[in-house]
Amino acid sequence: METEIKDTKPKKEASNAEKVIDINNLYKAFGDNEILKGVSLQVNKGESLVVLGKSGSGKSVTIKCLVGLIKADQGELKVFGTDITQLDGKQLNEVRARMGFLFQTAALYDSMSVRENLAFTLRHHAKELSAEEVEQKVVEALQSVGLEEAIDKMPSELSGGMRKRIGLARTLIINPEIMLYDEPTTGLDTITSREISELILDLQKKFKTTSIIITHDMPCAKLTADRIVILRDGVIAAEGTYEALEKSDDEWVRSFFI
Amino acid sequence: MILKNTFTDVGHVSLFTKRFFKEIFTTSFEFKEFVWQCYAIGYKSLPLVSLTGFIMGLVLTIQSRPTLAQFGAESWIPGMVTLSLVREIAPVITALICAGKIASGIGAELGSMKVTEQIDAMEVSAINPFKYLVVTRIMATTLMVPLLVIYADLVGVVGGFAGYNIHGEVSISRYFSQVVESLEFADLIPATIKTFFFGFFIGMIGCFKGFHAENGTESVGKAANSAVVTASLSIFIIDMIAVQITDLLAS
Repeated sequence: METEIKDTKPKKEASNAEKVIDINNLYKAFGDNEILKGVSLQVNKGESLVVLGKSGSGKSVTIKCLVGLIKADQGELKVFGTDITQLDGKQLNEVRARMGFLFQTAALYDSMSVRENLAFTLRHHAKELSAEEVEQKVVEALQSVGLEEAIDKMPSELSGGMRKRIGLARTLIINPEIMLYDEPTTGLDTITSREISELILDLQKKFKTTSIIITHDMPCAKLTADRIVILRDGVIAAEGTYEALEKSDDEWVRSFFI
Repeated sequence: MILKNTFTDVGHVSLFTKRFFKEIFTTSFEFKEFVWQCYAIGYKSLPLVSLTGFIMGLVLTIQSRPTLAQFGAESWIPGMVTLSLVREIAPVITALICAGKIASGIGAELGSMKVTEQIDAMEVSAINPFKYLVVTRIMATTLMVPLLVIYADLVGVVGGFAGYNIHGEVSISRYFSQVVESLEFADLIPATIKTFFFGFFIGMIGCFKGFHAENGTESVGKAANSAVVTASLSIFIIDMIAVQITDLLAS
């Protein structure tokens, strides 16, 4: 029961656009449990793609394959035109250095303060920067997420929304060209979810990043998506803009938008 | 099944060890983190090692006195207690304490980092978590455990002096001159060499268990517990091998 809904007017023109992410026939199984059964999707430069699907449908697995956290069983995973499945550790790190990943739990380093969390990434990627320059970039990144006052706090002192913002600042500090968001608003109240969604949108406009956003939060999807794909049974079952999918003939697709 | 799991674990630990030596020789070293780990592992263990070292010396002296007194050999106590401490008791007891404190700490810390995706976050940030977390900790335990054992030897001798003076009276200079006279390099060197292996395995097992914690908070406790048990067992096995080798070389 796969439904193909191709949008005729996506917000960003797909033709002639540079594909920065190109996934072809991605397969992944954990033991006997086949999660991905031939996922293919492309994301153009500057585009914001939202991935929907039921829990366990393989959304997170897809983006974890994309950064090499999970090894794909089969398929081609091209990022910036390079198939990352063919790269060695050093080459893969060069690609990763151009990408940001916001984890569902924000994954802040518990033993470090907010300042150290941000500076840690920067010190490893920009060793030429002086201590003053690192501090300045940390402050700027915190200002961009509106949390400069939290600079000396420990992660345990932060609320869920603050942790997500700091996690976002930590990834943005290296100016990534691609941002991958794994359920950025999960576990947050409605107001904070909206704030995070607006922040994602603002940062996309400001830094012009290409984004893949995995979410169950439809207001977030509506706000941030240029295009939406829906995963079902390990394949892309539907694709289109928010407005097109919301009016889909397929009841299952429409059920995401209720 | 148990045998199969044991061999599988040994295989995984061997690969982990191989990766450690590969990373240590092929990539730049995280010196700042290494110094911090030396402080956390070495300096913060001093109170515990001081107390246990002192008690070891004190108790050993008090326990030895009645037997030696029967043969009129009380004057042998400083030398005998020191030899026992330096050769066997201080290295093994200190290493076991380190297994309990350090291996479990590393196992729990890395385990919780694993289940909360902090290790993944490091990896996707193009920072090598093995080099940053594992190499530095194993290097720190390999260096710090021998130093803690030497410190425990010294505190143990002081404990022995305190124990000797409960029933007798001897000046500290006389006691220590007897201690020094009783020791030879042949006593110190094999005992010190084996402590490097104790330290290496304490760090290696703690890191391995933590780094391979499965998802879920329950696995953090399991990693810490398993790290202590495996590290303690490995200390006894290394000790047995070290004694055999020393004995073989001496003969």
